[in-house]
Amino acid sequence: MLHYILFHQREIGEATLEHIWLVGISILIAVAVGIPLGILMTRKPRLRTAILGSANIIQTIPSLALFGFLLPAPWLGARAERIAIVTLALYSLLPIVRNTYTGIMGVDPAVREAAEGMGLTNGQLLFQVELPLAASFIMAGVRTATVISIGVATIAAAIGAGGLGEFIFRGLAMVNNQLILAGALPAALLALGSDLSLGWVEAGLTPPHV
Amino acid sequence: MQSMTDNSSHDGESSPAGNVVEFRRVSYRAPNGQKVLQDMDLAIQGGETLVLLGRSGSGKTTSLKLINRLLQQDAGEVLVEGKPTTQWDLIQLRRRVGYVIQEAGLFPHHTISKNVGVVLRLEKRSRSEIRERTDEMLRLVDLDPAQFGKRYPYQLSGGQRQRVGVARALASDPPILLMDEPFGALDPLSRNELQQQFLRLRDRLQKTIVLVTHDIREALLLGSRIGLMESGTLIGSYTPEQFKVSDDPAVRAYIEAFGGC
Repeated sequence: MLHYILFHQREIGEATLEHIWLVGISILIAVAVGIPLGILMTRKPRLRTAILGSANIIQTIPSLALFGFLLPAPWLGARAERIAIVTLALYSLLPIVRNTYTGIMGVDPAVREAAEGMGLTNGQLLFQVELPLAASFIMAGVRTATVISIGVATIAAAIGAGGLGEFIFRGLAMVNNQLILAGALPAALLALGSDLSLGWVEAGLTPPHV
Repeated sequence: MQSMTDNSSHDGESSPAGNVVEFRRVSYRAPNGQKVLQDMDLAIQGGETLVLLGRSGSGKTTSLKLINRLLQQDAGEVLVEGKPTTQWDLIQLRRRVGYVIQEAGLFPHHTISKNVGVVLRLEKRSRSEIRERTDEMLRLVDLDPAQFGKRYPYQLSGGQRQRVGVARALASDPPILLMDEPFGALDPLSRNELQQQFLRLRDRLQKTIVLVTHDIREALLLGSRIGLMESGTLIGSYTPEQFKVSDDPAVRAYIEAFGGC
């Protein structure tokens, strides 16, 4: 086994980088969309069910099906990675949106009242009080999303988007366990590694003894 | 209902000189439709400490929040420095009015110094000025800046946190100070200590203060005037001496129920 991996280390290395790239870009997109959506929910309670519901529904669609649905889409369908990135971003949305909302709503009402009473504007309240206090929650959402994405991204190989899934699908087709492991092991390590490192970031963002 | 000042006329546009805060037939209904305040009149003169006394649900806290427009009345007018709160720029209004609440509401992710300097930073004062002023405020409430400045709120006792809350509210030197049960969550010892400190500060700073409490002893101790509230309106205002000997049935009832003095 080790033999196999060493023998193919270059290929595996490339696939790993591809994998990281797919996940990284999609998480960035999910953060850029998900955090504002989470904030919007705290400001417009009416939108809460709609946003959370949509993110929930997306999450229930099997990933393979979601990859498939997007194939005929214009522009997106032209390149497999685009579909993969959009799908992964959609999957990552729920934990990020939910944790942003929960984190902000968890801010002590007395703190919010004092802030408003001192004349902080809505933006100042958000950036100086709510987001810093919710940061570790939001990071926990990003962490969950990343770990899920690393797993789901292996399936993106089914539509030809590359990444470590290539080995897994090839191995499945050829009934070759070594090949499957050559994809699965690095993916698992990647997931563990990002879980750990993002866990550290999360701990660093936790306000002192809140 | 009797008006709280003899000279307040309800027909003029501007309030009589000396009224820093004035309520004119103010009504407020909670979001659930319940009437909280009804036709409340109130006039607070510059430099006095008015204690709003009343049981839970009498509308004390609501009245307070109408002054810095954390809530907005459905009818009537609330005037601050002669200008209806609805015509004030909201941020300007809140900078003129310091606000102290029961649990202090300190920012848990900021050090004590940073907490005290919040408004100063928003006002973009210079760094040295902020440091100077912050230290001054901490000393004012008997907290050593060197010892406490770099700590976080969770490292302080409830009484110390409340002092920081007062220091924070005073930092930008607002002429009006609103205090909502500021000593309500403290143990009797710290409470007593902070009340004494409050009296010293009150005499020294000459702010117009509105303090809400349900504690009759606290009201008698801290107020230069006591406004008794019941079911959404002010039923009368008294100096502590008048209050103690008043034969108004509402006052007697309150004293019998809560005071026993």
